[in-house]
Amino acid sequence: MADILILAETEGDDIVDATLEALTAARSLDGDLHVLLCGDAVDEDAAAEKLGAYGADTVHVAEHDLLNVFGTEAWGQALALAIEELTPDVVVASGTSKGNEILAIAAARLDLPFVANCISLPSELADDTDVELTRVQWGGSLLEDATLSSDTRIVSVGHHAVEAESADGPAADVQTMPVEIDELYARTQVVGREMAEAGVTLATAPIVFGGGRAVGSVEAFAPLEECAELMGGRVGCSRAVTNNGWRPHRDQVGQTGTRIAPELYVASGISGAIQHWVGAMASKKILAINTDAEANMVVKADYFVEGDLHTVIPAVAEEIKRRKS
Amino acid sequence: MRVLVCVKRVPAPGAKINVTADGQDVDTAHLGFAMSPHEECAVEEAVQIAERFEGDATVLTLGAPEAEEQLRYAASLGVQNAVLLSTDGTPWDPQRTARAIAAAITSLEADGGPFDLILFGNESADSGGYQVGIRVAHALGRPIVNAIKGIEPDIDGGLATAKREIDGGFELYSLPMPAVMGVKEGLNLPRYPTMRGRLASKKMDVTVMEAEGEAGGQGRVTLKQPPATESNMVKLGDGPEAAPAIVDLFEELGLL
Ligand SMILES: Cc1cc2nc3c(=O)[nH]c(=O)nc-3n(C[C@H](O)[C@H](O)[C@H](O)COP(=O)(O)OP(=O)(O)OC[C@H]3O[C@@H](n4cnc5c(N)ncnc54)[C@H](O)[C@@H]3O)c2cc1C
Ligand SMILES: Nc1ncnc2c1ncn2[C@@H]1O[C@H](COP(=O)(O)O)[C@@H](O)[C@H]1O
Repeated sequence: MADILILAETEGDDIVDATLEALTAARSLDGDLHVLLCGDAVDEDAAAEKLGAYGADTVHVAEHDLLNVFGTEAWGQALALAIEELTPDVVVASGTSKGNEILAIAAARLDLPFVANCISLPSELADDTDVELTRVQWGGSLLEDATLSSDTRIVSVGHHAVEAESADGPAADVQTMPVEIDELYARTQVVGREMAEAGVTLATAPIVFGGGRAVGSVEAFAPLEECAELMGGRVGCSRAVTNNGWRPHRDQVGQTGTRIAPELYVASGISGAIQHWVGAMASKKILAINTDAEANMVVKADYFVEGDLHTVIPAVAEEIKRRKS
Repeated sequence: MRVLVCVKRVPAPGAKINVTADGQDVDTAHLGFAMSPHEECAVEEAVQIAERFEGDATVLTLGAPEAEEQLRYAASLGVQNAVLLSTDGTPWDPQRTARAIAAAITSLEADGGPFDLILFGNESADSGGYQVGIRVAHALGRPIVNAIKGIEPDIDGGLATAKREIDGGFELYSLPMPAVMGVKEGLNLPRYPTMRGRLASKKMDVTVMEAEGEAGGQGRVTLKQPPATESNMVKLGDGPEAAPAIVDLFEELGLL
């Protein structure tokens, strides 16, 4: 039977949801599921229970002082060492920023290929050394069937490409794995953080009010801000908006911005260019507000209101306030 | 302060990206070419750092001879030197690309001294492999961090502070130089080329080297369109009169 090694990504003292997506995808492979957990920030027993529920058989806790705070090279070396020790057939992580980075560092160290952002994991991946995988290109605007030839097959699963589903499994076994990490790699450890005000972020907001070029100015975003505030959501925007300097880039949705996955994305005055769409397509529902009934965003949306966003959005804000009072 | 930026020539697609009949590449018959927005920011950053610290900026690309267009574009923004690692234009896998770039950097540094900073895009616009910069950094034995949206070099201390975007804020890193970073759009607002820049870029010498790298373990079978998302779009109404229907929807979805 094959051995599959999944990299756990952590945030604070918890494992991120994206790792559960990767585990869910890895369950489609016939093999033992091993998870690598780096450092001591996450409680082992809690991790064993959470990861076990999603199908993990064993959690290997890599132990070294340098792993207790995130560091790209230290984590990458820990993964490379785990690959050497456990000799898995397949190595998987979610294709998040850090997931892809750590896989790439381990792959570079071991001089192995790494295929990023696959949309699923075919069963042959577990036992064939030459496999075909479908992965995203152009941020999701195109797909590529790619070959991967390697005894150890390192792949990431696109973030949001697979939905995390519990398997109601029992707690995983925990094994500690002391690792030797070169002290040199302290050079790429996190030395501090600058966090914005607490609260929901674009990536996690249940509702996002997106504005495009048609909003027209910094000030004209105020009604969108008001709606987002009233509903505990966030304002997003298109690249046309950030290029004009109307919003900071952290608000940009799309291929070179943030991938969002809210319950509802309200896209106002956004044409839905493919590079914007790929950042919005994981939304559960989309409402497009546009003067053009033929716009790409409108055609792909679940709901549509035809009209000028400058009159529709303020009316929506008023209606929310009326119902709340 | 010497800064090197690696950029990739990619088609500049419209609303839809079409694939050639044999499925081997993007159909570029009616398209222009560009570099990724991340890489444009990397070029801008290199120029700004070179200006601030009286250094110089070099741009490097691996690709068909036509990629000279992207090198000259970078020059029109203020980059002084350009290197073309020439290939026949067929897509190269990430390991092969990284091997060739690392070898070229080693030979450039043997002649001109080390680059204090090497900047990559976080990912290329087309293939999005998320690895060429990391593999090059590893080959050169240098520190690497990706997803960088802020850089502050401290020349005297030999360190470069880097801000990595994470959900809800930034993580800070302090990398000893020479260092490598993968940067993201939002790092800065790239300038537009000036007429003077354009004229200067026409005269810039491009160093051409044959790209050499052993193939890696990833190959292309075909490119294809993603499955069409079927739409069952429901029109809720017209203009501000649709506001109650919109807020009904918010309530239906349990958002209010
Ligand atoms: C490699 C690459 C990466 C990219 N990454 C991103 C990315 O991450 N995110 C991104 O957004 N873009 C990205 N782009 C850019 C993208 O191609 C588009 O240029 C951009 O998304 C267009 O923004 P927009 O929809 O706001 O503007 P436009 O395309 O100009 O659309 C404006 C829309 O507003 C509508 N409208 C006009 N007036 C009104 C009104 N009064 N009320 C309501 N509607 C109105 C119009 O009908 C139109 O649909 C990328 C491009 C490339 C090449
Ligand atoms: N052919 C190339 N020439 C120069 N730089 C490249 C090339 N391919 C990739 N890069 C650089 O490596 C980064 C990451 O690419 P990738 O691994 O394909 O996502 C890109 O943003 C570029 O900065």
